[in-house]
Amino acid sequence: MTILKHELKRNRTSWLIWAGAIGALLVTCIFLFPEMKDQMAGVGEMFSSMGAFTTAFGMDRLNFGTLTGYYAIECGNVLGLGGAFYAALTGAGMLAKEENGRTGEFLLTHPVSRRRVVAEKLLALAVLITALNLVIYGLAAGSMLAIGEPVPWKELNLLHAAYFLMQLELGAVCFGISAFLRRGSAGVGLGVAFLMYFLNLIANITDSVKFLKYITPFGYCDGAEVVSSGKLDGAMLAVGAGLAVLGILAAFWQYERKDIH
Amino acid sequence: MKAIETEKLTKYYGKFRGIIDLDLAVEQGEIFGFIGPNGAGKSTTIRTLLGLISPTSGGARILGKDIVRDKTAILREVGYLPSEAVFYPGMRVREILKLSADLRQKDCSARSAALCERLELDPGRKAEELSYGNRKKLAIICAVQSDPALLILDEPTGGLDPLMQREFFDIITERNKEGATVFLSSHILSEVQRHCHRAAIIREGRLIACDSVEALRDSNARRIRIEGRVDLAGLTGLKDLTVTEQGASFLYSGDMQPLLQRLAAGTVQDLNISEPDLEEIFLHYYGKGEPA
Repeated sequence: MTILKHELKRNRTSWLIWAGAIGALLVTCIFLFPEMKDQMAGVGEMFSSMGAFTTAFGMDRLNFGTLTGYYAIECGNVLGLGGAFYAALTGAGMLAKEENGRTGEFLLTHPVSRRRVVAEKLLALAVLITALNLVIYGLAAGSMLAIGEPVPWKELNLLHAAYFLMQLELGAVCFGISAFLRRGSAGVGLGVAFLMYFLNLIANITDSVKFLKYITPFGYCDGAEVVSSGKLDGAMLAVGAGLAVLGILAAFWQYERKDIH
Repeated sequence: MKAIETEKLTKYYGKFRGIIDLDLAVEQGEIFGFIGPNGAGKSTTIRTLLGLISPTSGGARILGKDIVRDKTAILREVGYLPSEAVFYPGMRVREILKLSADLRQKDCSARSAALCERLELDPGRKAEELSYGNRKKLAIICAVQSDPALLILDEPTGGLDPLMQREFFDIITERNKEGATVFLSSHILSEVQRHCHRAAIIREGRLIACDSVEALRDSNARRIRIEGRVDLAGLTGLKDLTVTEQGASFLYSGDMQPLLQRLAAGTVQDLNISEPDLEEIFLHYYGKGEPA
């Protein structure tokens, strides 16, 4: 587990920055809720009558005046987008950074098989994403308790489970892409995360491209849908799991064959 | 069992030539020099042997193991010193040495501490703050600290001052006396001549000579220095010609009779015929035209 430990150390600073940024934004959002709750009657009406914008963010199906509705939309965007960026960036850089930083020669001239390198790096990615989500979950629940609101445990758990699975999927897909890259992994990671986010927004606006929800992992973490249905969409999750497995298999397949320069 | 044995080892980067039909045999226990200018294919050969890149065709065995099938088992026995050592940023020298040892699942702490002292490398320094020479020292320790059976060294002395170069070769010679095989790629011919038992010359991806250092020096090429005036025009087997007002100097690998006739016809005040050193042999093989 030398490579796993090494990866966790290498990613420590970026993990702290991302966890700190997402956590701070989320906590701030939750602490703003008591003040906003009183003004929500008017604001909620306004938010629910903004046409496509309202539909895109699911504000027609959620009540902004409740902690669950507020959290699913406001905080959901912070954690959804922030977590997606973190997972995609980390996943896309995991293998590519060895060639980009020219450290691949050092690593791969030691007696470690490429399969082991891929496996331990993948494990490191999963540990980093899991740790990020546990901390954020703790901060979210703690902040809700701190503002004296009853914690909507079921919705909170469902939303956080959805975001966690979405990050694992994005991380795995970008990890697979990473095996094909030599440089420019940050751009690819950000690009994939942005693309997936906007695919979901488009699918929310137009019924004719609803199928896009099966392609983007944001499809099964649509806050409005999760809260209103009280469950995660199994079919979307299954497609997501399939894409994640494909990404992982691609990483093993390509890295085993790749010339390291 | 050979330490390294390649059979028609070939690597192309797309259309570009890396190495072609390389047949090389390095015996166990020898210090073997691998000579060639930049771009000749030295690093490609090494990177293929280490499994960093896959051969296009042909094959190779290291210590009896196949370089493709038994890659990890081979790397357990090999210490590698790259020509340009790059380490993970933010790590200290001792952390890098520990990481390298951990990846080999060995405790090399005592050996690495002794080598750091010997090469005057501070283990507390951060790798990115090290000079080129100190990074080289760190790479040397990484390669040597686990006492591998085979050391593959790519341009090992670049950046080292003369004292450290001597210390480095002392370490390598000690390891060789303990039984390790050393494969040393270099374009500094004097160090190959001084430290290697045998050497091979690679040119444009192909092996053009492989023999003991003495035998390479004893090739039929001779360094001829003439003081006086001799007409050398049209003489075949003549390379590296320098003509001055006082005379001429050149490497000669042709028949002696035509040369002697030209010398007799000219006005020669002084004549010196000597065995060329490896540097001159190298020029001889790399001169324009066909290799001798």
